[in-house]
Amino acid sequence: MQSLITTLLTGISVGGQYALIAIGYTMVYGILRLINFAHGDVFMVSGMLLIFLSASLPMTVVIPIIIIATVILGFLIERAAYLPLREAPRMSVMISAIGVSYLLQNVITYLTGGQPMTYPTIPFLAQTVSVLGTKQTVATLITLPMVIVLVLLLTTLINHTKIGMAMRAVSKDFETSRLMGIKINNVISVTFVIGSLLAAIGSVLYFSNYPKIVAVSGALPGLKAFVAAVFGGIGSIPGAVIGAFIIGICENLIKATSYSVFSDAFTFAVLVVVLIFRPTGIFGEKTVDKV
Amino acid sequence: MLKINNLNINYGGINAVRDVSFEVEEGSIVTLVGANGAGKSSILRSIAGVVTPRSGSIEFLGEDITGLSAEKVVKTGITLVPEGRRIFPDLTVLENIRIGAYLRKDSLDEDIKWVYDLFPRLKERSWQMAGTLSGGEQQMLAVARALMSRPKLMMMDEPSLGLAPLIVRDIFSIIKEINKNGVTILLIEQNANMALKTADRGYVLETGRISLSGTGAELLANEDVKKAYLGK
Repeated sequence: MQSLITTLLTGISVGGQYALIAIGYTMVYGILRLINFAHGDVFMVSGMLLIFLSASLPMTVVIPIIIIATVILGFLIERAAYLPLREAPRMSVMISAIGVSYLLQNVITYLTGGQPMTYPTIPFLAQTVSVLGTKQTVATLITLPMVIVLVLLLTTLINHTKIGMAMRAVSKDFETSRLMGIKINNVISVTFVIGSLLAAIGSVLYFSNYPKIVAVSGALPGLKAFVAAVFGGIGSIPGAVIGAFIIGICENLIKATSYSVFSDAFTFAVLVVVLIFRPTGIFGEKTVDKV
Repeated sequence: MLKINNLNINYGGINAVRDVSFEVEEGSIVTLVGANGAGKSSILRSIAGVVTPRSGSIEFLGEDITGLSAEKVVKTGITLVPEGRRIFPDLTVLENIRIGAYLRKDSLDEDIKWVYDLFPRLKERSWQMAGTLSGGEQQMLAVARALMSRPKLMMMDEPSLGLAPLIVRDIFSIIKEINKNGVTILLIEQNANMALKTADRGYVLETGRISLSGTGAELLANEDVKKAYLGK
């Protein structure tokens, strides 16, 4: 019983961390129809920055700095690697995204000499609290409420503000949006800023579960978050969040059995089965276009 | 108000528009008529800033606006109701109206009331997703959206396309009413009959060139126009 509680709580918290990454994938896809392969690596860079900065600064200063730095990184990647290809075929932009992904990994490998880096203990997140007779860290417990608050803020932004309205318009029709006077490049930048912001928050929560991280540490959570976004119906924010929770819980349930080695493969198998029955994902866009 | 001088536009490797010059006087309704592919849309799109002309100049209220980006053209007081309406299907009717005033920072209440008075059907459907509207209602929404930028010049690309004759008549009577409110109108149409009846001045465009011009009534009476565009 106690181990089941631990498994579920861990699953929910890992799911929430995937959700924070998945929102970045799904929002960028929604507006640019681009799968931003570099997003998982932005997440990793955010973790590495925390390691580098925490060597000389207190955590209360480091966390805000890395969040801001990650946002700037996401913004710059879009301006440098995707904006010049706005009129190019989608495949070219995707190749550019893969290029950025490798660039970030290579830069980090260069800076760390390829050595695993010790992720510092964040005292507040590492505190333990007892829940129904089990011991849980604050990091595990705090993820779900944080994800809920952030998603509520985000949906309010998208549905009830002027910039949110512009984002919804641009995601449907670039040219008509420009005719309204919307600067589409600014709106696209805002989606990258939001995606990177959430990834930075997610990286603090996610990496605090791990003792060491390396240059490719963003690849697996990035991939899973991407799958969560597809599973939920790419382009849909609630879809990405729910997809991420399902993946997080599913993989932790399997990890609790004696087949834990297969947890990733099983998780993906479940997803494939679901996608057979709902090919556009849980909340996927209907592909019927009114002519 | 609007002066087009020797405009040339390339589109997909061909000369879609060749040495076109014309003028739109303030307060008038001007129409460009012509067959499919005559270059009408390209002209409007280059004025609106979504297509860059190869050469020539576009002057609006004495200022050169050639090659300005679409966002900047809207600021000068020009708006385009695009072909096929292009409303935002996932936004509500009211959001579509509000987004037309994206660049404005003042209160929109008065303008929203005005467009709802012009199109009472839209008021009833305020909270509906725009994609669920009928074709005629979508056209009205596209016009309402364009008016929200408080344009001095409203350009319309085939407003009658795909609409039932009765609705076309409604749309044209509303165009006249908008014009009486001080908005200059530049209209392009394949429905030459309706357009020339409404317009103060018309230009006939053939394979990228202006072949005829005159008042709406003159063109309606012209034998060549009758044969080519009015089916008489």
